[in-house]
Amino acid sequence: MTERTLVQAVNRGLFEAMQADPDVILLGEDIGVNGGVFRATEGLAQQFGEDRVLDTPLSETGIVGTAIGMALYGLKPVAEIQFLDFIYPAFDQIVSELAKFRYRSGGQYPCHVVIRTPYGGGIKGGLYHSQSSEAYFAHTPGLKVVVPSTPADAKGLLLSAIHDEDPVIFLEPKRIYRSVTGEVPDGDHRVPFGAARVVREGTDVSLFAYGAMVPPTTEAAEALAGDGISAEVLDLRTLVPLDEDAIVASVEKTGRAVVVHEAPRTCGFGAEVAALLAERAFYSLKAPIARVTGFDTPFPYALENVYLPDAPRIAHAARSTVRSG
Amino acid sequence: MSTAATPPKVPTGSSGDQFPTDRLAAAYRTMLVARATDERCLSLQRQGRIGFYVPLSGQEAAQVGSAVALESADWVFPAYRELAVALVRGVPLGAILDQLFANGRDRTKGRQMPNHFGFRDQNFVVASSPIGTQITQAVGAAMAARRRRDPIATIAYFGDGATSSNDFHAGLNFAGVYRTPTIFFCQNNGWAISLPRERQTRSPTLAEKAASYGFPGVVVDGNDLEAVYAAVRDARARAVAGEGPTLIEAQVYRFGAHSTSDDPRRYRSDAQVEAARKRDPVHLLKDRLVAAGLLDDARDAQWWEEARAEVARAVESAEGAPPVDPMSFLDDVFAEPTPRLRAERSALEGLVRDGLLKP
Ligand SMILES: Cc1ncc(C[n+]2csc(CCOP(=O)(O)OP(=O)(O)O)c2C)c(N)n1
Ligand SMILES: [Mg+2]
Repeated sequence: MTERTLVQAVNRGLFEAMQADPDVILLGEDIGVNGGVFRATEGLAQQFGEDRVLDTPLSETGIVGTAIGMALYGLKPVAEIQFLDFIYPAFDQIVSELAKFRYRSGGQYPCHVVIRTPYGGGIKGGLYHSQSSEAYFAHTPGLKVVVPSTPADAKGLLLSAIHDEDPVIFLEPKRIYRSVTGEVPDGDHRVPFGAARVVREGTDVSLFAYGAMVPPTTEAAEALAGDGISAEVLDLRTLVPLDEDAIVASVEKTGRAVVVHEAPRTCGFGAEVAALLAERAFYSLKAPIARVTGFDTPFPYALENVYLPDAPRIAHAARSTVRSG
Repeated sequence: MSTAATPPKVPTGSSGDQFPTDRLAAAYRTMLVARATDERCLSLQRQGRIGFYVPLSGQEAAQVGSAVALESADWVFPAYRELAVALVRGVPLGAILDQLFANGRDRTKGRQMPNHFGFRDQNFVVASSPIGTQITQAVGAAMAARRRRDPIATIAYFGDGATSSNDFHAGLNFAGVYRTPTIFFCQNNGWAISLPRERQTRSPTLAEKAASYGFPGVVVDGNDLEAVYAAVRDARARAVAGEGPTLIEAQVYRFGAHSTSDDPRRYRSDAQVEAARKRDPVHLLKDRLVAAGLLDDARDAQWWEEARAEVARAVESAEGAPPVDPMSFLDDVFAEPTPRLRAERSALEGLVRDGLLKP
């Protein structure tokens, strides 16, 4: 175990994966000499050479398109998109190509690319350095969507992503890159996909969150405990595959559900969780499901604290569900 | 895989490779099979026996000439019109017809529209519909081959329309920066559906775009099998020698419709097509073979008959093959199905069991 920040855990995961397997190769903008704008790849070019940590031209479709070609050929490329907000030039390669290679070839051409990218608000990034557009990718068959919230998970899920056989969109909560530290297991310690993490057990209400929303959701649960409300917090960890059984089991126990994400509400991932509960846990529900989300606006610069869900808002939504039934 | 610190070298010149005379007849016969497949499939589509078809008539010499110039370890990244390339790679005609009929033997399991072929055994990467996307992928595979020290080239096939796509720019740009062993093979057939070549770019040729990416571009008469072959051999020699990519513009003409969904009379005159047909690549190669004493009219008629018979056999076999398994569309989304996909499969099986769905 070593104490690391979340971004250091990402760096460590990349380091260990590259050390273990010469086929692991990184590509992206400013990731070499500069170590990435968030320093996630710090030291890796120096350690493994510029042939394995490729500083690419400024073209996201070029990064993902060439990563696909590398993966088809048998390498294990890990591409970095500098901000999730800039992934859209590569959207065609991701949605039309990466996600569909295995399928459209009848299984002949698996295409295992990991795309790492910092996402989310709270760093004064305005419209174009704050987005949380995980739902686009979760909506695309063929992509796995992973969102760690702790340093240990950042490394463990990243190692699982690199050892997976399918394309993975790996969303790194940049707001807590450095604000969260924790013990990270050394060595090849992988966290499996599709297994939610119980952050805190509770009996009155279930709070579902992922990524950067896990800390404020946990804080909300602590505040609720002060009011005598026992809140359970589940960190979903992977949106695809989703640990549906854990979500349903939690609500069967508590009877109440609050889903938290910073993405806009309409068609956000919370809608999927709410629909799942309506389908599979309807008779356990004692109160309407609540969603605490970003707004259906672009992400505002000056008012990001107004936009982003926080602990008081999450606690308030939970209290309302407890009061209503 | 380091970036080019110095300007790329100019082409070292010709590989000197001429089309092997002993393969001319086989190349011609492959072109006849491709042409005969076009004839037959257009009528199969009109009869409703296959859903769609993309003809390649007019592009046979460009496709066969380029494909013969490759080695079997090279990787082909095709678009949807590269049926004759697949034949040269050694894909059995039967496997191609299986894909066109989307039957239970289709290597791609009936997942895609006709002509979106993929044959891993022949390093013929599965095509998709979005224009241009294979170009960056071919560059990435070339980067990987370099890393593995495999002495191969990758080749991206695309049309004149694709030179306006994002991935054309990104792909050629990456290839120039990393000096990848990639051949960009553009079949400029004059049209992107209804848009003439002049509407894609003000650039006088497509080939000269290569200059701005720092590597050579060449124009070649795509109706001349041997000229195409020589150009691709040169490009391939440069690629495996570490001298970087080449853009080849093979100038051809699309004789038929864009696809069976297209009516070219809406945007071009029959006279223009007739003029282009005067340089039919099949006829040009026939003349060449006759002049070389390798062919006469009687033997030509016989080869045509054999080509049509081969197509007929493949059609009959493909049409008689069992259909795709109705549950198979749920496979291959991931290596292992997610819990959600497993649930969807059992829900579908339930519908079938209850007689609500007849697959
Ligand atoms: C990104 C994208 N836009 C539009 C289309 C529809 N479309 C299919 S083929 C085609 C023209 C392509 O022309 P060209 O690249 O010259 O290839 P050709 O069909 O002539 O072989 C178009 C517009 C598409 N498949 N993909
Ligand atoms: Mg064209």
